[in-house]
Amino acid sequence: MSAPTLILEGSDNGSVLRLAGRYLTHSLGTVEKAFADVDAGGRFLEIDMSGVEVVDTGGAWLIVELMARLEADGLKVTLINAAPSHLALIETVREAIPEEPGEEEPERGLLAWLERVGREVERGKKGTLSILSFFGETLAALARAVVMPWKMRWAPLVSQMDDVGFKAVPIVALMGFLIGIVLAFQGATQLQQFGAEVFVVELISISILRELGILLTAIIVAGRSGSAFTASVGSMKVQEEIDAMRTLGLNPIDVLVLPRVLALLIMLPILGFVANMSGLFGGALMSWLNLNVSPGMFVTRLQETTSIWHLGVGMIKAPFFALVIGVIACWQAFQVRGSSTSVGQRTTASVVQSIFMVIALDALFSVFFAKMGV
Amino acid sequence: MDGQPHPAATDAASDREAVIKVRGLRNQFGRQVVHDGLDLDVWRGEVLGVVGGSGTGKSVLLRTIVGLNKPAAGSIEVLGVDVLNASEAERQSVEQRWGVAFQDGALFSSLTVLQNVMAPMREHLRMSRGLMKALGELKISLAGLPPLACGKFPSELSGGMRKRAALARALALDPEIVFLDEPTAGLDPIGAAAYDELIGELQRSLGLTVFMVTHDLDSLYAICDRIAVLAEKRVLVEGPIETMTSVDNAWVQEYFTGPRARAAQEKGLRGK
Repeated sequence: MSAPTLILEGSDNGSVLRLAGRYLTHSLGTVEKAFADVDAGGRFLEIDMSGVEVVDTGGAWLIVELMARLEADGLKVTLINAAPSHLALIETVREAIPEEPGEEEPERGLLAWLERVGREVERGKKGTLSILSFFGETLAALARAVVMPWKMRWAPLVSQMDDVGFKAVPIVALMGFLIGIVLAFQGATQLQQFGAEVFVVELISISILRELGILLTAIIVAGRSGSAFTASVGSMKVQEEIDAMRTLGLNPIDVLVLPRVLALLIMLPILGFVANMSGLFGGALMSWLNLNVSPGMFVTRLQETTSIWHLGVGMIKAPFFALVIGVIACWQAFQVRGSSTSVGQRTTASVVQSIFMVIALDALFSVFFAKMGV
Repeated sequence: MDGQPHPAATDAASDREAVIKVRGLRNQFGRQVVHDGLDLDVWRGEVLGVVGGSGTGKSVLLRTIVGLNKPAAGSIEVLGVDVLNASEAERQSVEQRWGVAFQDGALFSSLTVLQNVMAPMREHLRMSRGLMKALGELKISLAGLPPLACGKFPSELSGGMRKRAALARALALDPEIVFLDEPTAGLDPIGAAAYDELIGELQRSLGLTVFMVTHDLDSLYAICDRIAVLAEKRVLVEGPIETMTSVDNAWVQEYFTGPRARAAQEKGLRGK
């Protein structure tokens, strides 16, 4: 295997470029710069290919480009002593070279940046409108289901309730239990400094029932079920299954979105309640072990100091969170375009958006209930 | 094997060089035996069409030769390298000398067409980015795609364009052998004919060896130098298409003398 070489021999009128060796793509790196540096004076250049053993398209491209560059400088360039097969390949490559550049390099600078910002804003606006209209369609489908329950698709609903709710009970219960333990433990160390250990009951019950139980359940469900919704419906979108449904006269909102959103609406409050109860249980256990607050005392104090409204305030939020998670997950799934990469991106976006929206909504509720004095 | 000379070996003219040599290949999945004692030679510079009924293991044969499927027995030699027992380095150097275009393109969906074609170059070639880009654009153009397709993602292309982009990627490293799996399946007749013509032209001007799994009778008549028919778990017959009609086998007879075959033959002969 001899590496490709080139030697330029100049005279007054013109020069000869002697090529030799194997002009193959994988060895072009060594002569690429030499070709770019060829600077022939005079009126003509002869490219002598007698020493060339083999050429492939890469090698042919280098030769064609060199010829084109020098001809543009006004030289007369000819190929001499080339094997017929090499000439034929060079001809094929010359014809195939695209005239206009294919991919434009992305523009840089302030103007391009402004343009990108503008595009993003426009896209944000379109996205907001689209998700609002999707939300409306889902609500309409919900209303239809309420008015005409016999048209509901019960089998998918039940199967979704199993996936979304029943199968999530262990993780949600464990999460609640651990949160209860953490609160009791952290609260105890602080409250012991003031000798106010008994207030740990309020600390646990109010924070879990009002906020943490339902909020953390919603976050787990968003990660667990929201991602599953986007991934499964998104894959269906890639496979054109959703288009197939439309052509069969099925409304994808009714078939795919409604059972999922409804399953969340039913199951999220139940899961939240499970988290609340196991949170109280974990808190009570830790108070007993760590602070000597007996379970009986815990329950008595719970009944005396914690109004049922704290539970109510927490539970009221559950259906709103469910709606936010379900609608965002399904909307993201419907935005999937083309490839499987898009499914992955949309799934990530779905989880991030729904967790963020759940927390934002929770903050709104907090302010609202505080102003209402509940 | 030694006692019986292989038929392909005996009729081989001395100037023919076998770039792919398959001997005694046996492939099985569980109890289902797909190939048993399969022998095949592919000569340098020819277009070989591999045909066979559904489930005769055409794609399995292709996948086995390129190393995606490990056979139960047999030997495979590609470009003089025993690919089943080669060292990692030997395998890699052989892999750079062949290109594979899968049935649905199998383009990387997160990359543009140009990036897809440049992907093998970045991995194996040492040259400037500018030269790679230029060569990538050249390959895309050779595969018959407009320059505009360079910046598109695979999901934005039609099926036919995806197949062409896959061919461009298979040609990226200027391979000596190109494997094509059902290159014209799912294309309209005009697109399929253009693709056939493209492969024929590339094969002639680049001196490629083409191993093509196909069902398309038009392609068989238009560009294949030789046909290998898979049946009864081996290469039942091989030879130029004109010899196929005289083969004493029901399936081969049906395949090459059916109404579609006659139409393809007329068209192919007119073309030549």
